Amino acid sequence: MLTYSANEMMALAAGRLIKDGDIVFAGTGVSILAATAAKRIYAPKAVVFFETGGIDPILEEIPMAVADSRVMYGTCLNAGLIEAFSIVGHRKLHTVAFLGAAQIDRYGNLNTTSLGEYHRPKTRFPGSGGACDVASFASGVITFMLHDKRRFVEQLDYLTSVGWYQGGSSRKKLGLRRGGAIAVVTNLGLMKFDETTREMVLAQYYPGVSVTQIVENTSFPINVSGAVEAIPPSAEELRILREEVDPQKLIL
Amino acid sequence: MSKYPEIADKLMSLKEAVRRFVRNGCQLSIGGFTVARNPMAAVYEVVRQGIRDIHLVCHSNGQGLDVLIGAGCVKRVEIAYGGNGRYAPTCFRFRKAVEQGRIEFEDYSNYQMSLRFLAGSLSIPFIATKSGLGSDLLRVHGFSEEIRRQGKVARKKFEIIQNPFAEEEDHVVLLPALTPDVAIVHAQYVGDDGTVRIKGLTFADVEQAKSADALIVTCEEIVPRSFIRLDPDQNTLPPFFVDAIVKVPYGAHPTACFGFYDYDPKHLNHYKKVAKDDDSFKEYLDEWVYGVADHEEYLNRVGAAALLDIKANPFVGYAQGLDRK
Repeated sequence: MLTYSANEMMALAAGRLIKDGDIVFAGTGVSILAATAAKRIYAPKAVVFFETGGIDPILEEIPMAVADSRVMYGTCLNAGLIEAFSIVGHRKLHTVAFLGAAQIDRYGNLNTTSLGEYHRPKTRFPGSGGACDVASFASGVITFMLHDKRRFVEQLDYLTSVGWYQGGSSRKKLGLRRGGAIAVVTNLGLMKFDETTREMVLAQYYPGVSVTQIVENTSFPINVSGAVEAIPPSAEELRILREEVDPQKLIL
Repeated sequence: MSKYPEIADKLMSLKEAVRRFVRNGCQLSIGGFTVARNPMAAVYEVVRQGIRDIHLVCHSNGQGLDVLIGAGCVKRVEIAYGGNGRYAPTCFRFRKAVEQGRIEFEDYSNYQMSLRFLAGSLSIPFIATKSGLGSDLLRVHGFSEEIRRQGKVARKKFEIIQNPFAEEEDHVVLLPALTPDVAIVHAQYVGDDGTVRIKGLTFADVEQAKSADALIVTCEEIVPRSFIRLDPDQNTLPPFFVDAIVKVPYGAHPTACFGFYDYDPKHLNHYKKVAKDDDSFKEYLDEWVYGVADHEEYLNRVGAAALLDIKANPFVGYAQGLDRK
């Protein structure tokens, strides 16, 4: 039997959601593994780019930050920040953004700013960075989270990046033309969103994880009626991830 | 006669550039992004000169932001992101200052801040976007009403209006322009004619540089006019925007400078360890900033072996195989 880590399962579960031709806005950590794996395994015509402006870098080594020199080498273009955001929101392109967060609610809204009262927070996080922007402009957002009740909350302490806002068609009414949360990839499973209510639903639970475990680690009610067991990583998927995507084992 | 007659009036030491342009209470913007091209040598000099009450305006400055805040130079900050990649998921001194209520802060996003610098560089008072609609960035105010009457702080954080060109309901965000008193960016090359060339990603450095009243450019090399004008498509800023030019090799250390050196994982990991605690951070500043007279002395302390470790392969821009854990 193959053994694999939660990070490997997460990278592949997210990578499998990328379609050929997608323009993938990657962050760092597991999201860069997911983006790189997607391009090498499932969607060779996908293009990986970074909010800092590095477009389609070779990525012979894994970048440790979006401003890492490794996102500037072998690119088709090194753009500026404003140019990078013009790509995220471009009407001709199907752009998928990978984000992470400290808190998420049932509509896929994200908090990366702080816990507690904003002016005197219990915990301060880095803030939006480009997250709020890509959540506003991208065709869709896939979020990486650790799955527990402190992170999957009824009410965000601060809404940094808008997902489906208050559900239904509320996102559109804000004046945002497209986008919204596509999926949430956690260490336990894969969540998607109901087409009408835009509430989070369980789509897949990983092998070895029970549906109850996911429900118990989510503070808000989550529909699990359509959930299926995720396909475990194949030997080939793991090989590419370990030998080609992150041979230096910086993230895996 | 100066070696560089065309820029003789702009060429100066770091000490002089900071003394001339960075004042107590000024609005300052620094270039770079998290682990890349922060003008660290200039940041250290600002700290050494004891500049206080800075109003820092930035998007995603990691290391520079954290050192300035940690050293007590910053009174208020407008910011999109205070992190340093793997080496600081949230910048330590920034986090502590916010949690302990020791700093005034206002959150925006990267694109919003970049647009605000662009507006400043275009000499327009505000700029429109759709970024952030529905988010708390456009609901919650960091600065008090009182602060909003001080210095260069915008009177309003933002305004949401109906799109004046649309029949149907459509919301647009207006953001106030930024015109910092001074911007500091670190470039790879400045020509002996004053032309600036930044290699690799430029982030929002160009907008920051053009939006400021005064611009200090620190650089790795001063290069001849014949080189910088041979391929002008590569250039970033014309000479007339630049007020001070300072040659500071390794001036971005411990952040990276594409084509010259990588970020310094050993130094950043050490920083991660010491920055969490007030006493050990003070010792860090004593060792690396106050305890050295200038950047040359700083580089001696870093040491030749460490500098060789991070030396970039000039053809790929970074140090291949560098131990980055």
